[in-house]
Parts: sequence; structure tokens; C-alpha cells
Amino acid sequence: MEERQLTCIGCPMGCQLQVLMDGKEVQSVTGNTCKRGEIYARKEVTDPTRIVTTTVRVLGGAVPVVSCKTGADIPKDRIFDCCHQLRDLEVKAPVRMGDILLKDICGTGVDLVATSEAAARS
Amino acid sequence: MKQYDLVIVGGGPAGLAAAVAARDAGIRDILIIERDGRLGGILNQCIHNGFGLHTFQEELTGPEYAHRFIEQVQERGIEYKLNTMVMEIRKDKTVVAMNGDEGMFVIQAKAVILAMGCRERSRGALNLPGYRPAGIYSAGTAQRLVNMEGQMPGKRVVILGSGDIGLIMARRMTLEGAKVEVVAELMPYSGGLKRNIVQCLEDFHIPLKLSHTVVKIEGRKRVEAVTIAKVGPDRRPIPGTEERYECDTLLLSCGLIPENELSKGAGVELSGITGGPVVNDALETSVEGIFACGNVLHVHDLVDFVSGEAAKAGEYAARYIQKGDKREGRSILLRPMEGVRYTVPTFIRPQEMPEEVTVRFRVADVYRDCAVVTYAGDRQISRRRKKILAPGEMEQVVLKKEDLMEEGIEDITIRIEREA
Repeated sequence: MEERQLTCIGCPMGCQLQVLMDGKEVQSVTGNTCKRGEIYARKEVTDPTRIVTTTVRVLGGAVPVVSCKTGADIPKDRIFDCCHQLRDLEVKAPVRMGDILLKDICGTGVDLVATSEAAARS
Repeated sequence: MKQYDLVIVGGGPAGLAAAVAARDAGIRDILIIERDGRLGGILNQCIHNGFGLHTFQEELTGPEYAHRFIEQVQERGIEYKLNTMVMEIRKDKTVVAMNGDEGMFVIQAKAVILAMGCRERSRGALNLPGYRPAGIYSAGTAQRLVNMEGQMPGKRVVILGSGDIGLIMARRMTLEGAKVEVVAELMPYSGGLKRNIVQCLEDFHIPLKLSHTVVKIEGRKRVEAVTIAKVGPDRRPIPGTEERYECDTLLLSCGLIPENELSKGAGVELSGITGGPVVNDALETSVEGIFACGNVLHVHDLVDFVSGEAAKAGEYAARYIQKGDKREGRSILLRPMEGVRYTVPTFIRPQEMPEEVTVRFRVADVYRDCAVVTYAGDRQISRRRKKILAPGEMEQVVLKKEDLMEEGIEDITIRIEREA
């Protein structure tokens, strides 16, 4: 049995959660005040994911970088892999909000999507 | 002199939502004046997600959230001027502005909405001791450099203050390859959202030191090291608790201050607590026909609440333009008591108010198992149980017209009471 400590992010209470794990199975969640705490804890210990937001360089743009996000959650432990892959990525202006800038980042099956616009340099 | 029904100063989230609501309430002749080269304000540099959960029931990034409102402004053909600086607003609602194309010009408005937002507390205002080398930035400046200009301010970072922008920048700098050594917070609690503490600090093993402050900054040309120390209950550093961090950058995330230079010039009365205008239930300032909303009024945590408040300001300004002002009626003072630091609005006019008015406020400390209780005079009109209240989270109560119509109510008080 392994015990994991988490802080719930559901509300300002920030309950300290204790999750008892048997291998990959959640045995119990304690320390939560409401149901949201248990749902959060179960997801966080079995399949923690995050949306990553960052910027990539723009070639020939009116702005030097354009903001972007992963189109869906990616596994938490892949965040740095993804940032590494994006470090040298350059996209050509113009970029429209919603454009896919890179397909299938690091084999996650998730695309990189532009969240702002970059007009071409006039 | 150019004439407009409504001039809105600032094209950020507050100005945009106010403009859309005023147009939808029937005002055709609106001008938004924006200092930057694009609409959207600070949202343009807030590239993280989590915006819009209340307004659009989805998680958007800052630029995406701004875009939704910019589209609404453009669809309605609302006029705006970019790269234009308002120099002065006068009591008679003339607005003096300038830009590179038109030079200086004066506009006569029937109503003005203040939507200038806020500024970060600077190093000078914090009285931090030590040298004054390069490498000390406000968190928002660093955010603009990284997210909009593609420049990294430094490689090894200490952050003072655990406001949300500081937390967000701790993660952002880490993802861009910097090492964030520590986040120090003067208070015994963080002013940031729990979600940000977990996802911006704990995810990246960045330590958060509560009840700590910066006591020394080293480096003549560039920051070379920052020393932090624990503080006692009096918030003074405790000798012997110093820890030195070698670093090249210090980010400051130590609070936001409503930007009211223009409001002062117009003779608008300001609150000593929020730093924003004192307003009535219509978000109208002490100067008739000048309204305020968003972070210039009081600093918000969530942009969704800014948009909601600004839309109200837009509706009320429209009503003022269409029907004129009724200032003569009864006006009741809202008094913040035990644990409540301030309220927005400050005055309620029972005859003039709509069926319901949302009163927003902040508490002075962390309170557990308590209730937010509202009284009209001596009579309790609402009591809401709360498991926790924290200064970092804006709270609200809704006042109903029917509760305030009886004669003789001298004041409305909101207080925090302990639950049995």
C-alpha cells in the first residue's frame, strides 16, 4: 500500500487529500470535505493530465511569437517532452486563431492549436 | 469638437463588455479609446487557460476570451481608436485624447465609462532594500516579454509574492527553460488560487515559502543573488532566518492597484481601500454620468466577473443617456463590518435600483465555518453559510429591492459571523 498526498484544487479550502493506492488501484480517499475532492484525487493519481499553453516563433509576422495550446489534455509527465519539441518550431505568418500549428505532439495524438493571430509583416 | 453619446476609456475586457451592453441597450454612438495597438488589454498576454468558465462554460486562453468580445464589438460596428491615449477627462465629460494620426483632440460625451484597468505594485512601492541592478521585473512585465515579445527576462528566478500572475509566471518561465528557485510570500497564506498553487508550483516542485520576504538584493549591473528571510506576525524579518539564492532575475507579484489618474483629474471620489471610485448601485461615480467597471473599480480575480460587471455599467450608462440621472432619491450607505474590507457599490438607491443588485466584496482574513450576513438597519435580510472565505477570492451577496423599500433603513451592513 502506498499513500499519496494531494491538495484539492476544487475550491479555496484546498483540502489535504490522502489517497491509499494498491498498485494502480485507488483503495481510499480521505481528507476531502466534498465529492469533488474524491473525483479530483482519483483522476490525479491514476491519469493526471494538463492542457499546456505556450508560444512558438513566427516567421515573417507582425509579431515575433504566437500563443498556442494543446488541443486537449496531455499526460502530465509529457509536458517537458512537448515543450522540448516546440522549442525549435517556427511557423509562417499569417497565423489565424484555431490554426493547427503541429500535428500529434510527441506522439500524444494531440495537436498544437494557435490561440491568437499573427498577421504577416507588411 | 467631436460628439459621442458614450466614450469608453480602455479597450480591455471591461471596456469591450461595456460597449457591447450599451449598444444592445440602444446606444448607437459609442467610441472605445485604447492606448495599445490592439483591443483585448491584458488578456493578450495571459496565454494560459481557465478563462470563461462562467461566461462561456468552457476553458479559454486569455487571447481567445478577448477575441469573443472583440468579435461582438466588430459585429455591432462599434467604433474604436487604437494607439490613442486619453490625457484628461473633465467633469463636464469632455475627453482630451491624442494619437499619431490626429494629434490632440477633444471629444464631448454624454456619458463616460472608466475601464482603464490596474497596474502592478512596483519595487519602489514595496521598499525592497538592496542594489538596483537590471533583472528586477514585475511579473506582468515578464509575462509580456515572454508571451508577446518572445524574450526571456532571465534564467534563474526568484519570485516575491504569490499572486496569480506570479504563480502563472513561475510555470511559464519553467516551461521556457528557466529555473525558478523559490516563491516567497509575505503573508501566511497565498493570494493566488489553489489551482494555480498546485498546477504552477507543485507540478514543477517549486517551493512556496509563506511568511517570507526579500531582505537583500545583490548585484551591481545585473541581479546576482536574492536573500529572503522569515517574517514574524508583525511582518518584520526575523534575524537568523536568511536564505540566499543565487539568481539573475527577481519577479514581483505583490498586488495590483486600480489605475485612476484620469479619474482623479475628473474629480471622481476614490475609495481609500480599493483605490477605485466610490460608486452607487448603477456603478456611477461621484461625478454624474461617469461610470466605472472592471479592475479600475476594484481588482478582480476572474475576468468573467469583470465582463459581468462591465455589462451592467454599459446598461446603466445607456439608461443615463436615454433618461437622465435621478440623484435626488433616497440613498443607503453599505457598510463593510467585521471581516469585510469593502463593498462595491458603496451606495444603494432603493427606488432606482433594479430588482436585484450584486454587491461584491473581499474579506480581511481567512475565515472557516462562518456566515456572510447582511442587515438592512437592524433586520437580517440574508445569511449564507461558508466553509471558507479567503482574501484572495472575491465574494458577493445579492441585494433584493423588496428588502430595501421600507422607509427608515439607515444603512446596509455586511459582516462575517461565526457559525455555531
